[in-house]
Amino acid sequence: MSPPSIETHELTKRFGKFTALDGLTLRLEGTKCVGFLGPNGAGKTTTLKLLTDMIFPSRGGCEINGISVQEDRKRALSAAGVLIESPEIYPSLTPQEALEMVADLRGVPPAERPERIRTVLSEVKMLEWAHQRVGRFSKGMKQRINIASALVHDPEVVILDEPSTGLDPRGMAEVRSIVRDLKRSQRLIFMSSHILSEVVDVCDEVALVDKGKLLFYDTLENVTTRFADGHGTVDVAFARPVALESVRPAIAGIPNVKDCTQLDPKRLRVRFEGGPDGQGRLLEALVGLHLGVIGVSESESALEEIYLRQISRGD
Amino acid sequence: MATARAGLAAVPDSLAQVGKLARYQLREYLRSRRFLALVAIIGAIGAILTGLLGYYRPSALLGGGLAFYSDLWGGVTVVIVLAAVFFGGDAIAGEFQNKTGYFLMGLPVRRTTVYVGKFLAAFLASVAMVLLFLAIVVGNGVFYLRAAALPWQLGVSLVLAIVYLAAVLGATFLFSSLFKTSAYGFVLTAILFLFGFTILQELVTDLVGIEPWMVISYAASTITNVFGSGVNWGLAGQSSTVTEFRTTTTTWTAGIAEGVVIMIAYLVVTAAVGLWRFEREEFT
Repeated sequence: MSPPSIETHELTKRFGKFTALDGLTLRLEGTKCVGFLGPNGAGKTTTLKLLTDMIFPSRGGCEINGISVQEDRKRALSAAGVLIESPEIYPSLTPQEALEMVADLRGVPPAERPERIRTVLSEVKMLEWAHQRVGRFSKGMKQRINIASALVHDPEVVILDEPSTGLDPRGMAEVRSIVRDLKRSQRLIFMSSHILSEVVDVCDEVALVDKGKLLFYDTLENVTTRFADGHGTVDVAFARPVALESVRPAIAGIPNVKDCTQLDPKRLRVRFEGGPDGQGRLLEALVGLHLGVIGVSESESALEEIYLRQISRGD
Repeated sequence: MATARAGLAAVPDSLAQVGKLARYQLREYLRSRRFLALVAIIGAIGAILTGLLGYYRPSALLGGGLAFYSDLWGGVTVVIVLAAVFFGGDAIAGEFQNKTGYFLMGLPVRRTTVYVGKFLAAFLASVAMVLLFLAIVVGNGVFYLRAAALPWQLGVSLVLAIVYLAAVLGATFLFSSLFKTSAYGFVLTAILFLFGFTILQELVTDLVGIEPWMVISYAASTITNVFGSGVNWGLAGQSSTVTEFRTTTTTWTAGIAEGVVIMIAYLVVTAAVGLWRFEREEFT
């Protein structure tokens, strides 16, 4: 069986004279999570709507698992779980009924439905609300049901349009956790977001669009290496509070360190050069300084810097 | 989350999906406030009719079963328009306006399936309203007319009313598919079917001087024509001319078969155009 895939060919969408998406050609294949990044109005949601046949391309087309969405939306979407633009569920239905409807229309066998529905409701922490009417729910609760509905049939391909929209910080963390769990289940996840930390946290690959054009698509690691101009950034955590002034001379003395800033009393951000080798030398040197280093993580700011640089180039 | 996929389920065929979608949509209608509101409105109409009959006891109506039903049951056309407005006015536009369409359109269903499923649900909810009105009329009939309570013409008229309901809903769905705001569908349906077509029928008859066979309100008149004497069952209307005060007035009476054909034609044309429109509408 071939792996799940999403493919677009010269996908273009114009609204009057405005080109929302301009010749997007993208091939996603395998089981992984691909972050679809871009500022507001970049063409992210337009792409996902084209992928789900909610709008129609001005030129080009797209396929899910080799089936043209434009020619046979029913077959193409049969393997996909979709969440686009925080949809509303019929207000008088309960989550249980809404998911039954989705499962029923998707052909999930009746014998499997109760367990599937229970599983996804549990996953989105809405099990205790299963029999309350959706019309009374908050935006965040509705979004959780929407996520559950995208997963109830155990899809191969999951298309999520800014899934943490409308959720509080705890809800956002839960969505990330759900996406991470989904990755373990041999799926292709294509997720748009403008929250960089979310992408860094859960995605393996990232595609950046701006003004309707694809700027790059690569693994997160390659992107940070390729676009970082030889520089890297790590966040260093300490066991106890450190003052930047007192440790700066020692850290600045490490040969490949370019810059050091304080994030909070127990964390510093260190910019360095030399790629992965340089990062290795930096870690060894940091530990050798005996400053109470308890952790070093790749900085979210690396992608942020690349993102901002790439976007500003297009301005 | 399951780590091993059970295998992709076989998506049901479109016809089966229509039935499933209609079932869930009907459930939504039956639980909605609008359903209760319409039951209350029809109940109020029934209460007023019953009260007026009980108070005035009009001999013209209570003297014979056919006249009774022709007058009382004739009100079903208003019930039909109300039901179409309540259940069909925002059926398509509401999917865009309320964003419920984004929930449905992410599913492996054809747009035609959504349209037909919603139509079927609105039709069944509306039929429930027609039957409620029928129950009120028949209740009064049984009370006042006893033996003559249920003439066979009432059955034929009920069938004609159901066909008219389908035609009105077809047009309502078309109007609803033309706009992304529900209010336009409501207003257009109410204005056209409560006043517009009747005015058009008068204009065609009086000014142009031809049979208004193209106007649906003319076809709907068969719902009460069937209670008249010498019913015209044919495919062509019959005219009669009356001259009073040097003015000659021609009135047309639609044949029953003619009325059915006109109503079905309205249904087919409006459904085809509405579907065509919905197939091309974008969820922007």
